[in-house]
Amino acid sequence: METLNYRFENGTRKLSAKAELVGVVSSGNLEVLIEPADLQGGCAVEIKTAARGFGAIWEAVIGDFNKRWQLADTRISINDMGATPAVVSLRLDQAVEAMVEEK
Amino acid sequence: MTVKTSSYLEANARERIALVLDAGSFEEFLPPSKRIVSPHLAQLDAPVSFDDGVVVGRGSLNGAKVFAAAQEGGFMGGAVGEVHGAKLVGLLKRAVQEQAEGVILLLETGGVRLHEANAGLIAVSEVMRAVLDTRAAGIPVIVLVGGSNGCFGGMGIVARCANAIIMSEEGRLAMSGPEVIETANGVEEFDSRDRALVWRTTGGKHRYLLGDCQGIVADDTEAFRAAASRTLQAFKGNPTGLTLQALEAEQAMLEQRIARFGDAADPQDIWERLGVEQAQQIPMLEAAPFVALVEAHRVKGTP
Repeated sequence: METLNYRFENGTRKLSAKAELVGVVSSGNLEVLIEPADLQGGCAVEIKTAARGFGAIWEAVIGDFNKRWQLADTRISINDMGATPAVVSLRLDQAVEAMVEEK
Repeated sequence: MTVKTSSYLEANARERIALVLDAGSFEEFLPPSKRIVSPHLAQLDAPVSFDDGVVVGRGSLNGAKVFAAAQEGGFMGGAVGEVHGAKLVGLLKRAVQEQAEGVILLLETGGVRLHEANAGLIAVSEVMRAVLDTRAAGIPVIVLVGGSNGCFGGMGIVARCANAIIMSEEGRLAMSGPEVIETANGVEEFDSRDRALVWRTTGGKHRYLLGDCQGIVADDTEAFRAAASRTLQAFKGNPTGLTLQALEAEQAMLEQRIARFGDAADPQDIWERLGVEQAQQIPMLEAAPFVALVEAHRVKGTP
């Protein structure tokens, strides 16, 4: 397993809804837990992945995600079992959309 | 959560529980944000899941106060680890404490999570005990089986400890899974890659014909929901506890079954002996015409 942490500051979009979990920890898939957290406007992402050595790709995928949503005060926690970058992006968007819907 | 699918098989555990219970009624205990994960998997450097592969909580089913659990077949095949099992046991105990009208278990599992060895085995046996305690408290326990991983191993036994099982044709229920039988007894005995044989032997239709499940429905969340509600209503005011009399009747039914069908080489031989006309057509039938065709012939097990 490998643990990766990212943090982005000065987000503009706040999610106030309750925590949501999307996806499943199965082969080529991942679960994304998204929840509001007091992070001084920041967005923190923690990834625990079974596939070691893909830090550069994660950084790019999470960076793109941050550009799309600019989340503030949000904690995102991921358990990954070798999902491809496209699946990761899809699940991240699904997680945010699930929270926006709940509002 | 918006869910558009209607196939029970295709839905994940969270989607199923949301669709089977009354819309918006489900309140989860120990939600993923609590991060109650398996301590054993981390030691093995294996991925964990924030709900340890099972969703448990309270809700309503056509207005009836029910407690419900849904196993996630995608996470380690729905296998029961220490935390996963403890969540099921806690749910059943709380259902007794809060005098629920019923417990609905959406099972999809290969049985015990072997990574967790004895802790997993003990967890499964504790779930069995909790199911029987719940029944003894006058609360019916109803099991739904319709996921692609089926319901096997120790959890197959748990399912048969419940008051009633509702399956789809796609659902499977057994003790040993196909690969286990092939490994232990050879491919001549059972070819686990022969999917038609696997479903003829462990699928919902065969289980219904043999009296191992009490209801069979189409692969549809609404059909499962309706059948679960009907079954729950049927238990209202009726005893739910396991009795010696019921156990003896079950034993007699099993003895009769092995005497009648013990030498049959294929489930289709059994269907023919049951007197079902055009038994070879059974795998092709939808749930409703299948029930109509076999109702007079099937073995009716004691609930």
